[in-house]
Parts: sequence; structure tokens; C-alpha cells
Amino acid sequence: MSAKIVGRVWRLGDNINTDLIIAGKYKLSITDINELSKHAMEALIPNFAEKVKRGDLIVTGKNFGCGSSREQAPLVLKYLGVGAVIAESFARIFYRNAINIGLPVVECKEVSRIMDGDMLEVNLMEGYIKNLTRSEIYSIKPIPPALLEILAEGGLVNYVRKHGRLPW
Amino acid sequence: MGKTIAEKILSLASGKDVCAGDIVVARVNAAMAHDGTALLAIESFREMNGQSLWDPSRVFLVIDHVAPSATESFSRVHKVMREFARMHGANLYEAGSGICHQLMVESGLIYPSALAVGADSHTCTYGALGAFATGIGSTEMAAVFMSGKLWFKVPETLKVEVDGALPPMVLPKDVILKIIGLVGADGATYKAVEFCGSTVKSMSVDGRLTLCNMAVEMGAKTGIIETDEKTMNYLGGLGVKEGLRLRSDEDADFSSKIFFDVSNLEPQVSCPHNVDNVRSVKEVEGVEVNQVFLGSCTNGRLEDLRVAAEILKGKTIRRGVRMIVAPASRSIYLQALKEGLIEIFVEAGCIVCNPGCGPCAGAHQGILAPGEVCLSTSNRNFKGRMGSPDAEIYLASPATAAVSALEGRITDPRVLLKR
Repeated sequence: MSAKIVGRVWRLGDNINTDLIIAGKYKLSITDINELSKHAMEALIPNFAEKVKRGDLIVTGKNFGCGSSREQAPLVLKYLGVGAVIAESFARIFYRNAINIGLPVVECKEVSRIMDGDMLEVNLMEGYIKNLTRSEIYSIKPIPPALLEILAEGGLVNYVRKHGRLPW
Repeated sequence: MGKTIAEKILSLASGKDVCAGDIVVARVNAAMAHDGTALLAIESFREMNGQSLWDPSRVFLVIDHVAPSATESFSRVHKVMREFARMHGANLYEAGSGICHQLMVESGLIYPSALAVGADSHTCTYGALGAFATGIGSTEMAAVFMSGKLWFKVPETLKVEVDGALPPMVLPKDVILKIIGLVGADGATYKAVEFCGSTVKSMSVDGRLTLCNMAVEMGAKTGIIETDEKTMNYLGGLGVKEGLRLRSDEDADFSSKIFFDVSNLEPQVSCPHNVDNVRSVKEVEGVEVNQVFLGSCTNGRLEDLRVAAEILKGKTIRRGVRMIVAPASRSIYLQALKEGLIEIFVEAGCIVCNPGCGPCAGAHQGILAPGEVCLSTSNRNFKGRMGSPDAEIYLASPATAAVSALEGRITDPRVLLKR
């Protein structure tokens, strides 16, 4: 994870659930992540997997990732190159999963100022988002240091491989 | 300051005196993953160089989501699970045993004051037995497999007090749908939801499991109910003697409290495509249904099957409607057979599937075509969950499901009281 994440915004609404991110019918029939990720977000944005570019950011409202505990939800987003998900709030299991697989998740109360297609610079260490399109700066809710450490290593598996122990 | 049940259990499990907001590392009593989540957990376990399970007797692998397997890829997943369980001595529940959450409840490792984690969001179900149980992801499950420990943020508790006698044909499912409609899909995010009040006290354990099961649909970390004689009798029937009976102190710090009276509650239905889109059945009566599903970790227990069978007895479901029934576990299936419930379902024209998740997660046993409508007793009606994103899912009680299958359209079960 680099200190600064710069990318273009895909703007979504509230309560985006895990079935919308990756539907159960695919999760329960396809185990290959490359194949699975082709169906990411398809009920919301047709052909999202083809349209999304490495580094793009998802900006969304309340309760992103509600529903199931499927880790495949953050995994397909990370696999497609999504740089970070920025939300007004997250469902708790999605948030934990994202940290554990190394997908940056950022809570920001000012997401309503961000529009589809905006270019943002996210700085997790210093705790701000710069809207390059609108020349605005938003504050973010700090990620607890213990979780930031897991994120910085690229997730729990990488953390354990590097340190030879669990973080707790 | 007093403590809530959630704070007490996490204090016990972490060996520290903790309160809401604290982050603790706690020891778990049981850990579960199913065929939708176990493969990633096993892969992460290997990638983290996991050598052995912290306590194989407390690790459960359940084949329930695609059971028996519908595709070669899932046959491989099941094979990996079987081999992992054999190699490490973990408990494996084969296809046909039932739904992970019901099996955990029947396992004997879920008891008052226990801390349990499952790689499934509906793990919150076990709070009905006075446990603290919550859903986690696959990679952190791998860490639990290795260490038996995990970090938790001690949640605040939302107290939901439900009073009054439930009117005829109004069931625990209607109560929890009503609560979700009031609280909203993110109204309890990161919180424990403690259900109490006279309605909950007089509710069977089956009904309480239905309440706690759907706590996550308000974003909650867990649902929880104070242990009483009913809990102890239920556990006694399973041969469980362990557990501390905990209750929230009078002066415990609840984040908020909700009170409501169910004396005049009507049957409820959650409309497409969000669980908190709740209305009374009366408001949507007449919507034609193609498929009715009775089952799932929400409503696949004996009490649910009995309610539906009572309504379907001696009748035939509407032509053009398919009704799928999947008991939540093998022991429930056997008891339903003994009571003649399965015979009633088959005679009524239902499809009775093996114990398991059935069509709830969209894998098999009843996938919806575009434009189709399903009335389901399960817990999620998200767009595309049970098949086509152009299908619609309504969630309701076993009584509403059974009567709607007879009528071929969404029907208020109280119509039966007038006949």
C-alpha cells in the first residue's frame, strides 16, 4: 500500500450489499478469482470489470458491504485494481475483510461533495482526501493503528508471512 | 457502572474488565466455516504457514450452501474441506447434515456466556442461547484456526424491549421484520442488539433464534437474549450443562432503547430489494408468486415447519406455484418425518429438499428466472440473491409463506381465522 492513492471516482449510493458486489450465484459456482471478478458489480454497473481501471476509487454512501461475510466481495474489487473504497460508513464484516485482504477502506463524512468521475488523492497516513477536480480537502476517520499496520503490509496473510506471527 | 451481557462475555473471554469501545483480544469457544467461506480460510491458513488447529474439537466445517454439490468446482471445494478436516481432526458436517448455524446450535459448544465466531454473517443467531456470536471473514477465520483468538471491538448495546401477546398468525418473524423496518439496515451497525420484554420471554427458543438470526440485517454484530429456564431446558435437551447465566445490569450503559408493543402487530413482509423495506402483508396482498421457500437459518426449524404444515394439511398448493421446503438440520428433518409434517408437504405438492441452505443463497435448488417472484422465509431479498437480478424476493413468516403458496399470491394468513 502506498501512502498516497490517486484515482478516478465511481460514485455509488447507500446500502450497496455484498450480493451487488459479487452475487451468491457466482460466489457459489466460481472459485477462480479471475473468472469471479468478471461479474463484480454487474447488477449495478454493466461490464464494470471491463470499465474499471487500476487505481480507480469507489465512493459510496452509508453501509457499504452490508449483507454476507463473503471475503470475495473485497477480493474482487482488489483484484480489479480498485485503489480504495471511500464510504460514509461500512458494514462491519466488509470493513474487517477489506483490511485483512489489504484493500484500503476509508470512512469520510463528506462523501456527498464527491461526484462521479472526480479525481481524488487519498492519504491514509496523514488522514485526508484531496479532491483534485474540485480543489477541496476532506477529513477522514483515522484507521486504528493496529489495523493500519495490517493494511500497510497488504493484508493479514502478508503480515504473518513477513513477521512470522499474528498481529494479536 | 453496570455492564451489558455483551460486555460481560467479552470481559470473560479476554480476561479483562472491558466496556463498549474497548478493543480486546479474546479466546473463542467455537469456530465455523461453510462451503461458501471455508476454501478461502483453508488457503489463507496454508499461506500463513498454519501447521495445526488450536483445538480441532472446536473447529467446524459445514457443507451446506451447495449441498450436495451442483457444480464440479464446488465438488472440489467440498473435497478440500473433507481433506483438511481429516488431516487436522476438525469436525466435518457432510452435505445433508443441515445448515451451519442450526448445527452449531445443536453441537453443544454454544451455551450461555460462550464466545463463538463463524465465517458467515448469520452467526449472530447463537445469541438466542445467551452466547456472544458474530460473523467474521475467511482470512481472519484462518487466524482463529491457528490461534483460537481474535480481536474484537466491544460493541455498544441497543436494547429492544418487545411486550404484549402476539396475535394469532403473527409470528417471531413478523416481530423481527417490524424491528428491522423501524431500525433500518444500518441502524445497529457494530452494536449488539439485546432483545427482551414479555414477548421474548414467552417465545420459544426456535422463535428467539429467528430474532437473533436477523440482527445482522440491521448491521448488528450480534443479537443476544438473556438466558432463562427456556434456554436451560433447551440446552438440557441437547445434553449441554456448561455456561454462565448472564444478564445485563440494571445500570448498564445501553446506547439506546426501543420499546414496542406487539398486541396489534400485523403480519409483515420485507419487499424487494432491501430487508428494511418492510410493510404489512395487507399492503402488498395480491402480488402473484412463482416460488415459495420455507426454510433457511431463519425459519427452517421444527416450529416453522409445524406452522406451515398446519396450514397446508389436506390442501394443495396453487397450480403454477412451486413450494420448496428445506429443514434446517437432519434432526429437525427426522422429527418432522415422525410428526407427519413431511407427508403433509409432499401431499400438498411441495418439493422437500435435503437439510441445507436450499435456494436461499442462489446456488441451487430453486434459482429464479427474470421476472419471477419468490416469497421466502429466509433473511435476504437483495437484488439477484436467489438467481436473476430481474427477479423479486419478498421475505415473510412461515404462515404467510404457506397461505401464499395455497393462493398463488401474497396473502395475509389471518384470512384463515375468518374461515
